[in-house]
Amino acid sequence: MTDQSALFEYLLRLGDNTLVLGHRVSEWCGHAPVLEEDIALANTALDLIGQTQMWLGLAGEVEGSGRSADDLAMHRDVWDFRNLLLVEQPNGDFGQTLMRQCLFDAFHLELLTDLTRASDDRIAAIAAKALKEVTYHLDRSSETVIGLGDGTEESHRRMQTALDLLWPYVGEMFTPDAVDLAMHAAGIAPDLTALRTRFDTRIDAILTEATLTKPDSTYAQSGGKTGFRHSEHLGHMLTQMQWLQRAYPGATW
Amino acid sequence: MYAQMVKSEATAEDPQKLAAFQARIDAGEKIEPKDWMPEGYRKTLIRQIGQHAHSEIVGQLPEGNWITRAPTLERKAILLAKVQDEAGHGLYLYCAAETLGVSRDELTEMLLDGRMKYSSIFNYPTLTWADMGAVGWLVDGAAIMNQVPLQRTSYGPYSRAMIRICKEESFHQRQGYHIMMKMAQGTPAQKKMAQDALNRFWYPSLMMFGPSDKDSVHSAQSMKWKIKMNTNDELRQKFVDQTVPQAEFLGLTVPDDTLRWNDDKGGYDFAEPDWSEFFDVIQGNGPCNTERLAARNKAWDDGAWVREGLMAHAAKKRAAKLAAE
Repeated sequence: MTDQSALFEYLLRLGDNTLVLGHRVSEWCGHAPVLEEDIALANTALDLIGQTQMWLGLAGEVEGSGRSADDLAMHRDVWDFRNLLLVEQPNGDFGQTLMRQCLFDAFHLELLTDLTRASDDRIAAIAAKALKEVTYHLDRSSETVIGLGDGTEESHRRMQTALDLLWPYVGEMFTPDAVDLAMHAAGIAPDLTALRTRFDTRIDAILTEATLTKPDSTYAQSGGKTGFRHSEHLGHMLTQMQWLQRAYPGATW
Repeated sequence: MYAQMVKSEATAEDPQKLAAFQARIDAGEKIEPKDWMPEGYRKTLIRQIGQHAHSEIVGQLPEGNWITRAPTLERKAILLAKVQDEAGHGLYLYCAAETLGVSRDELTEMLLDGRMKYSSIFNYPTLTWADMGAVGWLVDGAAIMNQVPLQRTSYGPYSRAMIRICKEESFHQRQGYHIMMKMAQGTPAQKKMAQDALNRFWYPSLMMFGPSDKDSVHSAQSMKWKIKMNTNDELRQKFVDQTVPQAEFLGLTVPDDTLRWNDDKGGYDFAEPDWSEFFDVIQGNGPCNTERLAARNKAWDDGAWVREGLMAHAAKKRAAKLAAE
């Protein structure tokens, strides 16, 4: 794998994570439990879509075949997506959505923090901008997970269910493959093992305050970031997201 | 206009107080929450601001319907920002209504059980991407016609909410028109979508101003109190006069064979919408009334455990803080 193709793959991972999660969060629009949450969810989705424009825009530049961020978002099929399995999981109830967000935010925050020191200035600049937004995302998602975990009996039960359901998708974030290793060697990506330690410290503190029990399992589903085997959910999302571009090829919107 | 057919309340209070109140309004003073106000003024405002707030909230749904299908990342971001603004408008307006002695939860319950209304326009479906353009251009355009004068309304909190809202609404309208321009200048299929959207949204947009109110007692009282600034017909005329040239610029045809420029009045003559359709929609028989209210009820019911959970957590934290002191 050349450095350029690893870099392209790596940027797709960053951009597809924010694209797919941003899309999922945007599905809540107008249906949240309370008005403030409608606003916060839309705001989070908006940040993530903005980050997508930057990551996939840079991916297109690095690839050098003239593909724009929109081309990458709207004209790839499932096997070309490089997002984590975690972010393509369905929203479920509000608790499941916020648990997914919190697990991703805790990873995302640590990742972006390290990426601000990347040897590639373009990546460092995008990471610095995104980090400001993601700091807020984690504040909000962790507070909500804590509030609901330590709320009523029902909210506690729902949050524990969400955690148990999503935990098998945590491992993929920290399991390095050839792309991660090449990017680490190039001074761009962090060492994922060290990142896991920081993630665990953060998540343990959140879960303790939320009175939730971390599942006693290290089993990790995989296949999202390599594109080898996504879940069935992603294809359905793409049929919606890409529909207009596919149905009316060549049109400008 | 997001408040339609708001009935003003009769008021039976001390004539001297009423006269002094009216004098303040006539002098252009703002009425603030702690000031004395006639009961009718307070109730009418609750109804009007509440209906406006509900319209913002229900109005998230027809546009939210296209967020997951927006054709580009930029369009998706713009639409998200717009729907987020609308939720924000709902929030300011509920806050303004709360200064009149009603809680947001009470207003929400009245929306959900049908005691309070929201604008008829949001009971129409959004069927193609061009509808996102038409909603911004026509629906927000019609709303602005009413909201710009309401920045000068007599009730301080309402006036201040309107000032903030108008800034964002005019941005929304430009975005909507921009979508229409892209579509109208696009492929034949896009142009067809744009014309189809105009065909479907033209008359419902004219209905947003409500039926002619030139003989309405309610309107007269509300205008005297400066919580309604223009008649429905004045605003509708202004809207048509502004919108027809915009449609011409797009190369689209307003679906009204009778539309003519009238030199004498300096405005267009145009066909009235079908008011029986309007009353049907108001009665709950519009194409999407059932779905819109069901969606809001579902969001509220499904969210009950979240609201209860967060309240319970806040109560625990308060108790722990008290115990520590």
